[in-house]
Amino acid sequence: MGAGHAHPLHLHRDSPVHRLPPQVKIVAAFLGVVCVVATPREAFAVFAGYLVLLLGVWVAARIPVGWILRRSVIELPFVVLAVLLPLTGPDPRIEWLGLSLSEPGLLGAWNILVKGTLGVLTSLTLAATTPMRDLLVGLQRLHAPALVTTIATLMLRYVDVIAGEARRMRLARIARGHDPRFLWQAGATARGIGALFVRSYERGERVHLAMLSRGWTGAMPVLTENRTTRRDWAAGLAPVAVAAALAATGWMIA
Amino acid sequence: MTLADPLRAPDGAGATPPSLLVRDLLFAYPDGHQALHGVDLRIEPGERVALLGPNGAGKTTLVLHLNGILAPGEGTVEVGGLPVTRQHVQEIRRRVGIVFQDPDDQLFMPTVREDVAFGPANFGLAGAALAERVDQALAAVGMQEQADRSPLHLSGGQRRRVALATVLACDPEILVLDEPSSNLDPVARRELAEVLLGLGRTMLMVTHDLPYALQLCPRSVVLDDGVVVADGPTRELLADRALLERHRLELPFGFSLS
Repeated sequence: MGAGHAHPLHLHRDSPVHRLPPQVKIVAAFLGVVCVVATPREAFAVFAGYLVLLLGVWVAARIPVGWILRRSVIELPFVVLAVLLPLTGPDPRIEWLGLSLSEPGLLGAWNILVKGTLGVLTSLTLAATTPMRDLLVGLQRLHAPALVTTIATLMLRYVDVIAGEARRMRLARIARGHDPRFLWQAGATARGIGALFVRSYERGERVHLAMLSRGWTGAMPVLTENRTTRRDWAAGLAPVAVAAALAATGWMIA
Repeated sequence: MTLADPLRAPDGAGATPPSLLVRDLLFAYPDGHQALHGVDLRIEPGERVALLGPNGAGKTTLVLHLNGILAPGEGTVEVGGLPVTRQHVQEIRRRVGIVFQDPDDQLFMPTVREDVAFGPANFGLAGAALAERVDQALAAVGMQEQADRSPLHLSGGQRRRVALATVLACDPEILVLDEPSSNLDPVARRELAEVLLGLGRTMLMVTHDLPYALQLCPRSVVLDDGVVVADGPTRELLADRALLERHRLELPFGFSLS
């Protein structure tokens, strides 16, 4: 993950979408999702339009549809609520396969499901075409709070260091005969997590000292020079324009 | 080895100020522990000096005074003639390049290149000048080819050299190395020594590795209990068995100097 390429959500390709500056893609993804959310839930055809739009972006970015779909499974735990709504919603109700389903509940479930799915697919597209490192650079260029981008940058670097430390501590426990199989044996593991927290905290202090020693004053210097051109913005925002048109259509037909 | 006058300018020292001048430095931690009891140290440009001493002697405390992270209770520190004070702290941190013991503490950016650029960018370099400085620093330690990798994927020796490059990129007046040979295999240890000797820079090396001190530093200073107890040619100090014993230092098994 550290290199920004090996992340499971990133697909290393060379395409016009991959080459767009990260800040353009972040803005485009955000506005795209806003359009989806603003569309009335009854405008069914418009949602199909969004899906076609995303398909177009995937083709341009050379992302296989199956690759995206496998990763969109992440959404499942969040849509459980949507399944309950038709069963528990208010009247009027309709009969379907012997089940009594609430009509507003069905619409509500559809609303959550379709907007959630389109949102997840958009985020996955952004993640697939933009390495983690570039996402942070993009956020920095968009003037996200410096504290947030700094913390995220450090997390990106140290998550593997801390995971390595946790692995070594676990090995050391196992080497001394620790074999946790039942919940009441988890005490040593829990203390290990505590020790890991303290170690990480101390490392944080040492990293801070090392940063101060190299002249850190509280803001990460922006190290890349690439300027965003009008053409980049135009290319990145073109799908957003289509999405906005779709949203407007939705309001007219609904 | 006795101490003559540690602050006396060597014969023939011209108008250039010493790279490092520490005068009567006293420091106590907030919990009352007195770590430094009046340290005097003078290092001329181009000198390579080893700072030896047992654990708890105050070596790290002294190092953190050199770039103003800790402020002395009493006494002064000057780097290249510039006193370490609050107003000058940024320039002082450029002049004093500290390479910390654990490269994972020092290398915190996602790629090697960004990490090496971090220091000079903080000190105001940008654009082509910054890129050139980064390339030079990576070339000096032989790590150009790893520039776009993550520090995580480098070997211990490579990480150590990148950590050195992050400091070299700031063009320091004096390099301060904290235990540079720790956790290195023998080859990486020798390679680092070759890099360090090839730099031709003023250096203060904190270490327990006495053979390494002998290999790299013509002069050594022994710090114990917060004061400098010996200062002289490394070979002479390491041959003085009584002195080493008094200050919990000893050569590894099988080594002897006469």
